[in-house]
Amino acid sequence: MPRLGGTPEVTKRRRLFLILAAAAVALIAAAGITALLVNIFTRKQEARNPFFRVATLTEETVDPAVWGKNFPSQYDGYRRTVDMVRTRYGGSEALPRTPDRADPRSIVSRSRLEEDPRLKTMWAGYAFAVDFREERGHAYMLEDQTFTERQRVKPQPGACLNCHASVYTAYRKLGGGDIFEGFAKLNAMPYAEARALASHPVACIDCHDPETMQLRVTRPAFLEGMRALKASQGVKDWDVNRDATRQEMRAYVCGQCHVEYYFRGSEKRLTYPWANGLRVEQILEYYDREKFDDWTHAETGAGVLKAQHPEFEMWNQGIHARSGVACADCHMPYVREGALKVSDHHVRSPLLNVARACQTCHKWPEEELTARVHIIQERTFRLRDRAMDALVGLIGDLKEARKRGKSDAELAVARDLQRHAQFRLDFIEAENSMGFHAPQEAARILAESIDLSRQAQIALRDPGFRPREAQPGSDAIRRIPSSSSP
Amino acid sequence: MAALRLPAIALLTVAVLFGIAAGLGGYTFVYARGSSYLTDDPAACANCHVMQEQYDGWIKSSHRSVAVCNDCHTPHAFLAKYYTKALNGYHHSRAFTSGEFHEPIQIKARNLEVTERACRGCHADIVQTIDHPVQTLDPISCIRCHDSVGHLK
Repeated sequence: MPRLGGTPEVTKRRRLFLILAAAAVALIAAAGITALLVNIFTRKQEARNPFFRVATLTEETVDPAVWGKNFPSQYDGYRRTVDMVRTRYGGSEALPRTPDRADPRSIVSRSRLEEDPRLKTMWAGYAFAVDFREERGHAYMLEDQTFTERQRVKPQPGACLNCHASVYTAYRKLGGGDIFEGFAKLNAMPYAEARALASHPVACIDCHDPETMQLRVTRPAFLEGMRALKASQGVKDWDVNRDATRQEMRAYVCGQCHVEYYFRGSEKRLTYPWANGLRVEQILEYYDREKFDDWTHAETGAGVLKAQHPEFEMWNQGIHARSGVACADCHMPYVREGALKVSDHHVRSPLLNVARACQTCHKWPEEELTARVHIIQERTFRLRDRAMDALVGLIGDLKEARKRGKSDAELAVARDLQRHAQFRLDFIEAENSMGFHAPQEAARILAESIDLSRQAQIALRDPGFRPREAQPGSDAIRRIPSSSSP
Repeated sequence: MAALRLPAIALLTVAVLFGIAAGLGGYTFVYARGSSYLTDDPAACANCHVMQEQYDGWIKSSHRSVAVCNDCHTPHAFLAKYYTKALNGYHHSRAFTSGEFHEPIQIKARNLEVTERACRGCHADIVQTIDHPVQTLDPISCIRCHDSVGHLK
């Protein structure tokens, strides 16, 4: 009998279909809610467990892989410093190389000397004129130093290892627990002997206390350098590990190595020349007073200095340092892993990580921020180029004057100016930020370098010329004299 | 049991399944502190830690004693407030569950407008003389300059 809605058979089937559909909806909903519940549970767990102590870490644990068992995220980032990426004015690019007996590296970075041959002129007579390449990531610091051709040109001291290897455990072993004692012994050793004591590039223990994971400075040269600097500011008996704030430590652990230095005396004691202050002319004044030369320039006979990566000093002159922004804020910004925040141990250029490095504070689009950095760097690079031309011009003139038989006394003024012009230029050239760490300071230093080179050229032509040196402290903020003062 | 026919068994199964879904849903809601999101408690906004910095910043800010998160980040009218809460709740849970969101977190255009209105809600006496009289122009942004009154960053 026909009914509305079809035969009983059809109605039954439709009812069954509806029931099945409802069951399917409830099933999917239950499954979805369970998945969400598990996700929420996971996030809560992530937020609760910063780390599991699966390995015991002591003052002897140098191998980062052991630390990595407790801190897998940080270790993972640390291992990624093998990446070779170029930025416009820094970073490195992988070049294939045929390994040989003396140097087993199959990949190296590009030669900076080939890129700008004027560097060879600036460093004539010094090992850097033989081999100088783009700086690679932390992972390569030990092998790149072990196999650089500089080692073959001039035997290097053990002091070099202070910043090219994890040597904290070596200090302790050599000094019987006293790192200052071990430091003195390591400095005086020949490189090969000291190299045998090191097995890793910079490692966890160089910056972290194995018990508490707190940041800790382990390099005696930095402890001594900071003590001298603070003493010059009237602060007596200053101890980095005791007196620095947590935020200061996030710059100081990097400043252990990213600084200007020299090896003092025959014991080759690694020393940071900060007793007068951190600015370039204060450092120069220190070297002048110590009568220290790195080498005698092969073409001009001037006693000259080599500047080394003064990132810490330059950062100190810039706006970021003044605002309390530490190295780690931009070079190791926080990354989120689920609900947890860890600082990125893949130490690298902020230009490769603008969102995390810059946008945390600067709320502008990535392109704009990158463009701002590039403008600063390009301006610095162009000034550096002019300063390099001025210096190479001076070196040519000095060489010529020597050939014409001018006496040492006649050349003294120009040579002294070369020393000061060259150190200033090298200070910016060696600094890894192309001016960004302190843009105006970089421009000031390069402008003075150009001026000193050109003054030296005048001095060679006119024996009566009295050069005007940039005076130490000349850029210090002066008080406006009150009307009653004479 | 013989009295039960196939549709009855199926109906029972469906009922049980709905019960499971409802139970799980209810438990998840409680476990995830779902009800906290209906309140004005600022701590609820940092439940998942993504906004921990903003929360920490607010605790030290000049507005902490006069305004909580919702005072500046939701409209003041009842319906508009809960619509905004629901909309943001949906976006935030989707982002946090999938893990796909921009870091550092950035405010969206709609929410920025809500906040700008909130500034004017309390400070109207002062800002009405500052704001553009010509409404066709873009209104002046308060927090472009006063970016740390609620929380830094």
